[in-house]
Amino acid sequence: MLIDLLQATKSGIVSFFEWFGELGLFCGQVVRAAFGAPWEGRELVRQMDSIGSKSFPLVALAGAATGVVLSLQTRESLTRFGAKAMLPAVIVFSLIKESGPVITGLIVSGRVGAGIGAELGSMRVTEQIDAMEVSAVNPYKFLASTRVLACLLMLPLLTLAADASGIFLGWISTTLSHPMTLRLFLHNGLRDATLNDFLPPICKTAVFGLIIGFVSCFQGMRTRGGTEGVGRSATSSVVLSSLFIILADVILVRFIQVVFPS
Amino acid sequence: MRAGKTMAEQAKNGKNQEPLVVGRLHKSFGSQKVLNGVDLSVARGETVVVLGRSGTGKSVLLKLLVGLQQPDSGSIRIHGQDIGGLGMDQLNEVRKKIGFLFQQAALYDSLTVEQNVEFPLVRHTTLSDAERGKKARDLLASLGMEKDLNKMPSDISGGMQKRVGLARALALDPDILLFDEPTSGLDPITAAEIGQLIVKLKKERNLTSVVVTHDVHGAKSFADRMVLLRDGKVVIDGTFVQLEKSPDPFVVQFLKDAA
Ligand SMILES: Nc1ncnc2c1ncn2[C@@H]1O[C@H](COP(=O)(O)OP(=O)(O)OP(=O)(O)O)[C@@H](O)[C@H]1O
Ligand SMILES: [Mg+2]
Repeated sequence: MLIDLLQATKSGIVSFFEWFGELGLFCGQVVRAAFGAPWEGRELVRQMDSIGSKSFPLVALAGAATGVVLSLQTRESLTRFGAKAMLPAVIVFSLIKESGPVITGLIVSGRVGAGIGAELGSMRVTEQIDAMEVSAVNPYKFLASTRVLACLLMLPLLTLAADASGIFLGWISTTLSHPMTLRLFLHNGLRDATLNDFLPPICKTAVFGLIIGFVSCFQGMRTRGGTEGVGRSATSSVVLSSLFIILADVILVRFIQVVFPS
Repeated sequence: MRAGKTMAEQAKNGKNQEPLVVGRLHKSFGSQKVLNGVDLSVARGETVVVLGRSGTGKSVLLKLLVGLQQPDSGSIRIHGQDIGGLGMDQLNEVRKKIGFLFQQAALYDSLTVEQNVEFPLVRHTTLSDAERGKKARDLLASLGMEKDLNKMPSDISGGMQKRVGLARALALDPDILLFDEPTSGLDPITAAEIGQLIVKLKKERNLTSVVVTHDVHGAKSFADRMVLLRDGKVVIDGTFVQLEKSPDPFVVQFLKDAA
């Protein structure tokens, strides 16, 4: 019984490290493939559209909801502690520094991670990826590097969108109970902000983009086992990329505090 | 230094060498032995048909020939070049001269029929958009697909997908063609047309081809030689007439069942 458990744990740990090693090799191949002609510009634009533009409504909506919730909930506690004047700053800071990036990362990992995992997975099991290789086109370049790069570029932009819509809806929700112009709201919110407050969290989301791109391309391209395998790849792309985003967030928050003290 | 020289020699000799030579090929998946010492050579302009029951490793053999899978041992020479020792770029140069038709067509399902055929042309030729489109349309028209250029692969039938796959395989004017079941799933008339097309390609372009099929009798029309696989080995390698005369009980049974 106990031996079985130990055995299972051991093989679990071994396969985790194997998976990790393979992921590392995969990233290496994608990065190597990404440099050098031909530049798959058209495919990159197509991916930026499907990853970026098409995620925009969802991300903006989530940002807006966060802004409203922040405004409603913090108003209560701030009023109780007699710090109501701080409300705009609290909304702006918590959106920009944490809620915006993490919510964007998790939403995109759900929408885009599942999409990439399923698309590349079904291309794998229907031999489309093999067909590409036989046509002397490198799938690591054409399929993976374009998607990873699109994720890397679009995540920061999507985060900006989430931040902006959150701040705007945060203002609307605030001004409904305590009328205040947007100008004043922004002025109060941004008075004490420095570049060190803005840039690092945005750059952090580029790392989230890399995680989503690499993990879901990897899971998609190594799909085995027919349509069932495609489903598994889609799910595992989402689960693993969200997990790594959360882990990376913890590490990056600490890293940013040390390297870019405000 | 030495390796470079032998490579150059190989390339030079390549012109008069057999385009496709396979020696002692072994391939297993886990404990399952699929190919167990297959030998095969195909002369320039020759059409060799590979026969065998389902699951004997015919598709695996074709995939080994283009480096989609690696053999456990044995050699594969294409135009005299051993593809086992090639780097990615060199292998890709070899692949550009090979047309491959997949058993399930494997069309790119985010692209239209026409774009599928153009895909290799976009990447490996310097043709203008117009020339490329014309070439793709001509190829598709020669396979009777001119009406469905803008359809998506999921909206056409299996037999039509096969024909588009064939057009894509021919797009780069390959000199070796590998067909995995070109006629299965097609009606007898279309199947016969594909057979005629293979004959025509051989006549017009002196193409070397390997055709995997179940359909022995359909293959008679275009096969110069037939190779029958069983348990990962070549049972018999010869013309159809030689196959018919063979006393080997497995060959006799196979031909009887196919009739
Ligand atoms: N990637 C793989 N992993 C594990 N086993 C495989 C793999 N590819 C093929 N096989 C096994 O190799 C054997 C030969 O498969 P292959 O597809 O070559 O058969 P085939 O001769 O083409 O059959 P059919 O006529 O039905 O297409 C099968 O038993 C299959 O299970
Ligand atoms: Mg097969």
